[in-house]
Amino acid sequence: MARCSQSDGLGIPNRIHAKPVRRPGSLIAAIIVAFLVVMLVHGMVSNEKFDWPTVWKYLFNEHVLSGIGWTIILTVTSMFIAIVLAVILAVMRQSVNPVLRGVSWFWIWFFRGTPVYTQLVFWGLFSVLIPTISLGIPFTDISFWQMSTEQLNKLIAQGFLAAMIGLAFNESAYLAEIVRAGLEAVDPGQGEAAEALGMSRTLIMRRVILPQAMRIIVPPTGNEVISMLKTTSLVSAVPFSLEIQFATNAIASRIYKPIPLLIVACFWYLVITSVLMIVQSRLEKYFGKGFNEGSGAHAPADDGDEDGQSVAKNDSKVVKATFLGLNA
Amino acid sequence: MEKNTTTINDLPAAMSPSEKQKSVGNPVSNTVPAVKATQVHKAFGDLHVLKGIDMEVMPGTVTVILGPSGSGKSTFLRLINQLETLTGGSIEVDGELIGYKHVNRAGEDVLQTLNDKEMARQREKLGMVFQRFNLFPHRTVLQNVMEAPVHVAKVPKKQAREEALKELERVGMGDRANYYPMQLSGGQQQRVAIARALAMKPKIMLFDEPTSALDPELVGEVLAVMRSLADAGMTMIVVTHEIGFAREVADQIVFMDGGVVVEHGGAEIIEHPQEPRFQDFLSHVL
Repeated sequence: MARCSQSDGLGIPNRIHAKPVRRPGSLIAAIIVAFLVVMLVHGMVSNEKFDWPTVWKYLFNEHVLSGIGWTIILTVTSMFIAIVLAVILAVMRQSVNPVLRGVSWFWIWFFRGTPVYTQLVFWGLFSVLIPTISLGIPFTDISFWQMSTEQLNKLIAQGFLAAMIGLAFNESAYLAEIVRAGLEAVDPGQGEAAEALGMSRTLIMRRVILPQAMRIIVPPTGNEVISMLKTTSLVSAVPFSLEIQFATNAIASRIYKPIPLLIVACFWYLVITSVLMIVQSRLEKYFGKGFNEGSGAHAPADDGDEDGQSVAKNDSKVVKATFLGLNA
Repeated sequence: MEKNTTTINDLPAAMSPSEKQKSVGNPVSNTVPAVKATQVHKAFGDLHVLKGIDMEVMPGTVTVILGPSGSGKSTFLRLINQLETLTGGSIEVDGELIGYKHVNRAGEDVLQTLNDKEMARQREKLGMVFQRFNLFPHRTVLQNVMEAPVHVAKVPKKQAREEALKELERVGMGDRANYYPMQLSGGQQQRVAIARALAMKPKIMLFDEPTSALDPELVGEVLAVMRSLADAGMTMIVVTHEIGFAREVADQIVFMDGGVVVEHGGAEIIEHPQEPRFQDFLSHVL
């Protein structure tokens, strides 16, 4: 911006060209920090204990790659279940029905109140606790379908279901609080306006309240996904032995080189986290629709979706480009 | 009862209220008030807000409710639309009891609250415009107006879209269909809010201080839209502080204070208030 000050065409006669004030402190701080970073990098490269050739050798090892796959599957499935549960829990929490409110409160209290590691061990013992699962009429001997939990467990991979459920239930308790905060942050006038239009309570929740709550829910949920990615490393408690932490650890014990394999694990966790961060910022933009599109900018929205197709599509492209420019 | 109707002289609203009633369609329905409140009481806990309100609003007329803040006028409007529940008395819309119904339980006639569906059906007769617009910020202007017709009245999308654009034209917002509410000025947002309420084809429009949250220079455009609505024969109940609008458009003026109706009559009572409290109020706002 400063560069175009002379040629902006405004023709301000007494334009000020002041030198910025000197800040020696920030320069010194930058030099010190940069020096420390150089020291750290030098140490990492020159210290033979890091064993970079081994890191490189195992970075794309097939057990490591399949470990990444299982870690991602575990993160995505348990997060998905957790989000569905969390929305149900949050809506139950606001219900007029005291039984629903109570159950929701208890669920959150229990799963937030015990460590996730303990819960995972517990789910690992599920087949001991309940040997068979059956579908029938409760409190009678009538059963339409049954299966031993051992069998169920082997359907996908040993320990996977327990790991997934353990992570999902624990996460649902935290997410439920995030969703509740989001729902409560929506202006009560929104619900009233929708009511006045004759919309039913479920319709209001689905079409008016939840979409607006998403704007508040998405950023912390993104954090939760990233946190979930790393919590999957605890499922060895179940035990589930295919995800990346367990896989790298197994290699490390075999070749007696724990440090390079830990670096391999860190590398992949960082790669996935970075991808998730990009997805998160995209989602934030999507749900911020109508809120962050420059209230002063008086521009039509680029919106060809479901209800209202764009009438003025040509201008909107230009406008969107400006917004991107502002955000960058 | 003078009205500055300029363009739409052939519409019923250009005539006096009594003439209007004779001219509008079915003569039987005209004897039934659009809204009839009988001894309405409302208490929030220990706070007694409304203390026995009686009011009749005839079809095709404009009723303006005046009164100082805290006099209960907004609460009364919200009771009509069931955003609050009655504590005592009754409100009928089109001759139908609002919020409750008489049912026979074990041979005894008792009042029962309505379920969501019945409540929604009653609300469809009423359109409401709020002080703070309450447009859905995550939807465009057009989507705001289409929302209820498509998802409540189940009008096909294409038809709803056409009708929504027509309503937007009517309030002079046709060229802003694809804007988001936050990209509009307050006056424009309120006009969209009026279009959104009209899209459900209500019989009665309720306005809860529609211009109080607006910058002074934006008040006029919203009042103009309301005036044209009144001219087209819409039944309206308006809570406002705009005395000029009341004087020009109202068929009936109701002055409320302290939860009771202090004075009511035609628009002429603004010039000749009888009650000292009304005189005092007018001396402050005029």
